[in-house]
Amino acid sequence: MHSRLFAFVLLTISATGLHPVAAADISVNIKNFDYSPMELNIAPGTTVVWKNLDGEPHTIASVDGMFRSPALDQNDSYSFTFNRPGVFKYICSIHPKMKATITVK
Amino acid sequence: MTNRRDALKCLGVGAGTLFTLSGGVFSAFDMAEARIEDVGTPLFLQISDTHIGFNKDANPDVIGTLNGTIDAINALPSPPAFALHTGDVTHLSKASEFETANQLLSRLKVSEMHVVPGEHDVTDGPGAEFFARFGKPSDNRGFYSFDAKGVHFVALVNVMNFKPNGLGALGEDQLAWLKDDLAGRSASQPVVVFAHMPLWTVYEPWGWGTGEGEQIAALLRRFGSVTVLNGHIHQIVQKVEGNILFHTARSTAYPQPAAGVGSGPGPLLVPAGQLPGMLGVTMAVPNRKRRLSLTDATLA
Repeated sequence: MHSRLFAFVLLTISATGLHPVAAADISVNIKNFDYSPMELNIAPGTTVVWKNLDGEPHTIASVDGMFRSPALDQNDSYSFTFNRPGVFKYICSIHPKMKATITVK
Repeated sequence: MTNRRDALKCLGVGAGTLFTLSGGVFSAFDMAEARIEDVGTPLFLQISDTHIGFNKDANPDVIGTLNGTIDAINALPSPPAFALHTGDVTHLSKASEFETANQLLSRLKVSEMHVVPGEHDVTDGPGAEFFARFGKPSDNRGFYSFDAKGVHFVALVNVMNFKPNGLGALGEDQLAWLKDDLAGRSASQPVVVFAHMPLWTVYEPWGWGTGEGEQIAALLRRFGSVTVLNGHIHQIVQKVEGNILFHTARSTAYPQPAAGVGSGPGPLLVPAGQLPGMLGVTMAVPNRKRRLSLTDATLA
């Protein structure tokens, strides 16, 4: 019994080591001309889902060009899966004062 | 529906302002008593921020308000010779929105329409849908110039190269082109410059301005009559600096809040009865001295 539990724990640690917190999608809401949260730390393999709650359209456009959503109308969503580590800054291309950062590590 | 049609039958100028240039300085006159028929023959019309595709509470019928605007302009005794569209033709840059906008705008009885993009027209980045339709006069650069009735017109693009603080920008290539385009022109030739975002800083926290505004103004100062026309902020704001008149036009789709009022520059919901008075166009009429007078007309 003990050895079986030990094996289970080992397996879990090993799985966690390969894909930490990759299980659930992470949500970012867009409201009142802000991304919430503005700073996000995630593990590689995580999918981030943005949802626009404003009556004005917004986009999610990475500064380095890696990802770019179409214009999201109210209640539209966009998702992107971050597979490689790095610091990814993005803006709304319609309202470039809106800025946020995702750190993948 | 009948009420809305009735409300749009005529373009009123109750909330408008007439500009004339005397002694090199524009002065504004209250137009409360003026009638659109008395303004004269407009050289051109400025239409802006049609936002085809918008369907929220601030105006669930942007097609209806654009149609009403077009009907009123077509009914003028002396319609304008041509039109400038200062951007945000569409709301979300969708091909279907551009198709609808083109169909609607083709009803305007003008010989030509010159269109610059707004940031809502180029949300895909390169602006493929916009340039496929409106890129020809500029060889797909967006910025170009032409002359009409002795006036030099300059179309600029300030929505594809944002500054880090959110202000619009021309970028080095376009600024160099502008300098070249204006060089050697007679200072007595009237100049009209048009772009989507204001070419001067109206309100920086909301990005209502253009980063190179001062450099642009410096290139224009030597001219005796300069009119700078923009859209983007869905309301009339104006500034006079020497011989340069800066002026923003209303939208035909929905109003926006005054600078800094509320959480951001989104659609402003107003009581239905107030909407027609907050939508409209700008018309430019040559006056006796070959200068341009601007009249803002609303749908009220």
